Amino acid sequence: MTLPRDAVRRLSGFGFSAHADGYVVPCATEDDLRRAFALARANDRPVVLRGAGRSYGDAAYRAEAVVLDLTPMNQIEAWDPATGRIIAQAGVDIDHLWRRTLPDGWWPPVVSGTSFTTVGGALAMNIHGKNHFRSGSFAEHVVRIELMTPDGQILPLRPQDPRFRAVIGSAGLLGVVLRAEIQFKPVTSGDLRVLAFTVPDWHAQFEAMERYAGDANYLVSWVDLFATGSGAGRGVIHAAWYPDESAPKTLTLEHQALPSKILGLVPKSQVWRALRPLNRRAGMRFINAAKYLSSRIKGNGKEHCQSLVAFSFLLDYVPDWRRAYEPDGFVQFQAFVPRAAAQATFAELARRAQAAGQEAFLGVLKRHRPDPFLLTWALDGYSLAMDFRVNPALAATQTALFMKMTETVLSAGGRFYLAKDSTLTAAQFRAYLGPDAIAAFAQIHAQMDPEGLLTSALSERLGLDQVGPASPTESS
Amino acid sequence: MAQRYKRAIVIGASRGIGAELAVRLAQSGTQVAILGRSAAHLDSVMAQAPENLRAYVHDVTDLTAIPALFQRITADLEGLDLLIYAAGVMPNVGPLEFDPAISQDILMVNLNGAVAWLDEAAARFAGTGHGTLIGIGSISGDRGRRLNPAYHAAKAGLATYLESLRNRLSVRGVTVTTIKPGPVDTAMTASYSGKKMPLDVATAKIFAQLGAGREVYLSPVHRAIFAVIRHLPSGVMRRLSL
Repeated sequence: MTLPRDAVRRLSGFGFSAHADGYVVPCATEDDLRRAFALARANDRPVVLRGAGRSYGDAAYRAEAVVLDLTPMNQIEAWDPATGRIIAQAGVDIDHLWRRTLPDGWWPPVVSGTSFTTVGGALAMNIHGKNHFRSGSFAEHVVRIELMTPDGQILPLRPQDPRFRAVIGSAGLLGVVLRAEIQFKPVTSGDLRVLAFTVPDWHAQFEAMERYAGDANYLVSWVDLFATGSGAGRGVIHAAWYPDESAPKTLTLEHQALPSKILGLVPKSQVWRALRPLNRRAGMRFINAAKYLSSRIKGNGKEHCQSLVAFSFLLDYVPDWRRAYEPDGFVQFQAFVPRAAAQATFAELARRAQAAGQEAFLGVLKRHRPDPFLLTWALDGYSLAMDFRVNPALAATQTALFMKMTETVLSAGGRFYLAKDSTLTAAQFRAYLGPDAIAAFAQIHAQMDPEGLLTSALSERLGLDQVGPASPTESS
Repeated sequence: MAQRYKRAIVIGASRGIGAELAVRLAQSGTQVAILGRSAAHLDSVMAQAPENLRAYVHDVTDLTAIPALFQRITADLEGLDLLIYAAGVMPNVGPLEFDPAISQDILMVNLNGAVAWLDEAAARFAGTGHGTLIGIGSISGDRGRRLNPAYHAAKAGLATYLESLRNRLSVRGVTVTTIKPGPVDTAMTASYSGKKMPLDVATAKIFAQLGAGREVYLSPVHRAIFAVIRHLPSGVMRRLSL
């Protein structure tokens, strides 16, 4: 038996810094999934689960594997505008979710910076948004999932089930999330009240974040990671609140539509072309400085209204912006560090990148809280996300930098997020999770995928798919 | 030089041009799967760059084995960037010899096997939007001369097949190159007494032209001569003892 030879596709992640070819099998039904698992078994191939491919790194492909494309499982099976409960299949993306619910006055309780993540991907990677410190991750609003294990069995799982807590954030290693029932959040307006203000350094960043974290519904800060000396850590904080007053007209899809042009003139679909020549060190140093300085002048400290879509999905605002990173792509290094150590650690990360001549072109700071999931990145603290342009000519420099930065984060008690990760080693992964979580995962993994069929380049790199049941000789 | 190809398959790599190309690729850092009929010959090729070569014993006339073998090799290599079809036979054929078995073997090895292997890679590369296909053709394919009818036909067929692939796949990001050597000093041309290009010279020229994406003559003299020969009227061709 052979695999369908016209099914081979080149696959990469959101950062397209690496890729591999796999046999892509579109799956729309449970029978499609069972057939795809059988096809993989018959050809002695491992299986990778793939949604919209919005994980930045290597979570949704592996060379020569059978890749189950779950985007055809795209039905919203039930929506109750009275309770705000929705049942959506794995391949439904956040864009389709909010378009269905907002006109009825409900918004997804948690969204990622792009609206094109799927429900399956959101749960497999345990995604969060700019309200994580307050609302937790997407999965914390799920009341029930159905999971198909590779043997074709379907398990209904609720949040109190230890298997649920293992599935969330397991990067697709325990089974296919078929559908999820999600509790949405009622809103009376499609706008947010947004306050933007500049902060001159790291100290001011953290002071302001702590102040607003107790009160704002959303909180995010942009950091200029080129700035040095007394300006190190400078940036612009955006805090946002759901408005008290009701505004039914803003709940419409028309109100939420993003403009197709910038400054009413330039088609947004072409903006990435203009970004491209600037997307290098000198250009981005200038853009970061210009953004900070212009934010000090224009509207600094003043509130304004912004649509939920425009505020939430910043990564969708300029279409194809990632193409400015062609041909070699980019890596996002996102570190999660406990509150007390965060400021010193992030300042250290920025300094290390600057010393290596590899400043991050984009820096984003967020506030977080712990969650109950087994392989989680979440903790009571902060994250700093840093976008690095990949430069093959400086591969050794960049790899050394990422390794050093990772050690800095680990020694501060930090964690990492598999949806963003491209650089962790198996040892580093085990170091932050600790032996208890690894052993607990191994036990559930052995129970749910005893054949070890499910994998990905990420799981292979981290040794996640190798985790078997702890043998008695090992534990003695 | 930056490594251009990470993973390659060379069919017909037990001797001659295929073997030399495989070793050169392996020495440049490419992971290369080498295929040939003779395990002993493959072993001696392996010995030249053991860390980057892996051998598969295969007879290209076994057409039904090819799809599964192709998938096995691409799995072993964890991908594919380049496929070179270098298998070829050119038995001596007498001036009035028309042996059906010999003719069929020439067509099978030089053409049918080529189409079978290139089809597999073409289907894959059309899907991935990436890849390079190489066929070792011959100046013999440019006209049907007296010498060896089946050989001329097979090499003409291969060139035309590759031209079609090029026309189909270049818009999908796939490179298709047809190499047209003249006589090269290998076992295949042992009985040929005319001027032959040394094997290492021919290999170096081919290696430099893998990404050309067109028909490549290894010798500018051949290129010029065959530009004329291709246009000779049939009446003239009949009188030439080429």
